[in-house]
Amino acid sequence: MTELALVEAVRTALARAMAEDATVLLLGEDVGVDGGVFRATEGLLERFGDRRVIDTPLSESLFAGLAVGLGAQGFRPVVEFQFMGFIYPSLDQIVSHVGRLRNRTRGRLSCPMVIRAPYGGGIHAPEHHSESMEALFAHVPGIRVVIPSSPARAYGLLLAAIRDPDPVVFLEPKRVYRASREEVTDDGAALPLDRCFVLREGRDVTLVSWGAMITETLAAAETLAAEGVEAEVIDVATLKPLDMATILASVERTGRCVIVQEAPLSGGVGAEIAAGLADRGLTSLLAPVHRVAGYDTVMPLYRLEDNYMPTEERILRHLRKVLAYA
Amino acid sequence: MTQVAAFTIEHIRFVDPEGQATQPLPAFADQPDVLIALYRAMVLTRTFDAKAVSLQRTGRLGTFASSLGQEAVAVGVAAAMRPQDLLLPSFREQGAQFLRGVTMTELLLYWGGDERGSDFAGPREDFPICVPVGTHLPHAAGVALAFLLRGEPRVAVCMFGDGATSRGDAYEAMNFAALYRLPVVFVVNNNQWAISVPRARQTAAETLAQKAIAAGMPGRQVDGNDVIAVRHAAGEAIERARGGEGPTLIEALTYRLSDHTTADDASRYRDDAEVSARWKEEPVARLRAFLVAAGQWTKAEEEALIADSAAAVEAAAQEYLATPAMPAAAMFDHLYAELPAALAAQRREVEGAAVAEAEAS
Repeated sequence: MTELALVEAVRTALARAMAEDATVLLLGEDVGVDGGVFRATEGLLERFGDRRVIDTPLSESLFAGLAVGLGAQGFRPVVEFQFMGFIYPSLDQIVSHVGRLRNRTRGRLSCPMVIRAPYGGGIHAPEHHSESMEALFAHVPGIRVVIPSSPARAYGLLLAAIRDPDPVVFLEPKRVYRASREEVTDDGAALPLDRCFVLREGRDVTLVSWGAMITETLAAAETLAAEGVEAEVIDVATLKPLDMATILASVERTGRCVIVQEAPLSGGVGAEIAAGLADRGLTSLLAPVHRVAGYDTVMPLYRLEDNYMPTEERILRHLRKVLAYA
Repeated sequence: MTQVAAFTIEHIRFVDPEGQATQPLPAFADQPDVLIALYRAMVLTRTFDAKAVSLQRTGRLGTFASSLGQEAVAVGVAAAMRPQDLLLPSFREQGAQFLRGVTMTELLLYWGGDERGSDFAGPREDFPICVPVGTHLPHAAGVALAFLLRGEPRVAVCMFGDGATSRGDAYEAMNFAALYRLPVVFVVNNNQWAISVPRARQTAAETLAQKAIAAGMPGRQVDGNDVIAVRHAAGEAIERARGGEGPTLIEALTYRLSDHTTADDASRYRDDAEVSARWKEEPVARLRAFLVAAGQWTKAEEEALIADSAAAVEAAAQEYLATPAMPAAAMFDHLYAELPAALAAQRREVEGAAVAEAEAS
């Protein structure tokens, strides 16, 4: 048993996957000698060699397409984009090819791959380094979108993503890369990619979130607990395909739901969850579903960044409204 | 001033538009059977294209991209490949796909709106047609990287049009391929038109072949209406790649005698006179003239070939037309290796609608 930070758990999972499967390759900018800008791949070049840890030229449009060719040929490439803000040149590949190859060849060809990218705000990074655009990917058929929120889940979900026969966009909340450590057993055990995780049980209200916002969400739940209100906290983890069953089951018990996302409010994954509740959980609801989200603004540069990010206080404000609704 | 780099682009031609050899032919051309096989493949492709256009015009096929006038590019390239190599075509390389073992029925199914047309029974690893222009060059680099990493003597061959060379994807893939000396050959079918945009409006570069130079690989230009030149240049590039010497870009100069697709009307943007002039250079008549002059092809053989090609195409068309559509729920079958539980309800809805429809009729 070792205590690991989230980024270390990512590295541990990568090493485990590479050791157990020779077809797993790492590709990306600075993933080799430098060990990645966040050190997620540190030591892997030395351990696995430059035929499996490949420093690429600065070609973000190329990476996902390269992985399509490798995947179709039986490799399992893990492609690192340095920041989500630089993944968009590959969006063409992800939408037009990555999510479609299996279907358009009726299963003759497929492209297992993991596209990794740190995402989200809160670390006073330069422009284009702080957005939360996961909804762009969650809209694409044929792929999975996975976001871990703790070291243990990063380890188990990344292993599952690499072993999965289909492409996975794996977004890593960089604000919590080193925020906390927890015990992670490097036993090769994967976590399911089709299930939400209930992090805290409660009977009074359901809080649904993912990524770094799990921190503020859990804090809000603790504050409420001190007041005698028990919130259930669900980490969505796999945004696509979305496990509405777990969320519906929770709301069936609590009757109230607040969704917390760092991404802009409109058209986000939170809206999809709210729509799912309206469709299939309306009779359970005792109050309107609230979303606490980033604003529909361009992510501000870091002087105003904290004003954009949902805070525990904002979450609590919405929680109190939802709880007071009779 | 010191010159730090210089380059030349050579143009390769063996047979002129009149069917006359302009220089000694490459060794493979000494075998009449080889040239006749190239000729047959081009005639079959042209026959297929004509049938596909006619099926579209009569409402029995969706939008289709003819390769009229460019048959030598596809046929010459595929003839230089070995079975274990891998083709990544664009949407106008049917002549190459047929030589690879893709069936005419499969391609009609594809253009007829059926995904099964890309489930090739023959070349199982070949990529399907790529519609988003130039987005498959990165795939070719990835396939070639797989060959390199496994130490396999195989080559990826990627074909695309002149418009694709203006895309960033094309440069990024070529740059990476040259950097890692990947076993891949890039072939641009320069048919002079990207829908309505002529080659002259695509780039200020004198040739498309020289786009290879900036990426760090050789670029060669061939007369794309001379199938012997295409077969020769492709063969050299493919064997060079197989030998570990890295990628090549081949620019095949040809002309799109047809509309861009059946959804296009080229008379809106180009003169008939230009097209008529280009008909004098087309590849099928050129090789036929060469073979006839060499005493290797007779009128009777020509008539038999036309009849055989028409019969084969007609049989494929009938097979395509007689193929029922997949059940509606098939759209869920290969979305993921295993359908996620979250999608089960959507699948049931489609199945239920199909059942209701069947009961109502």
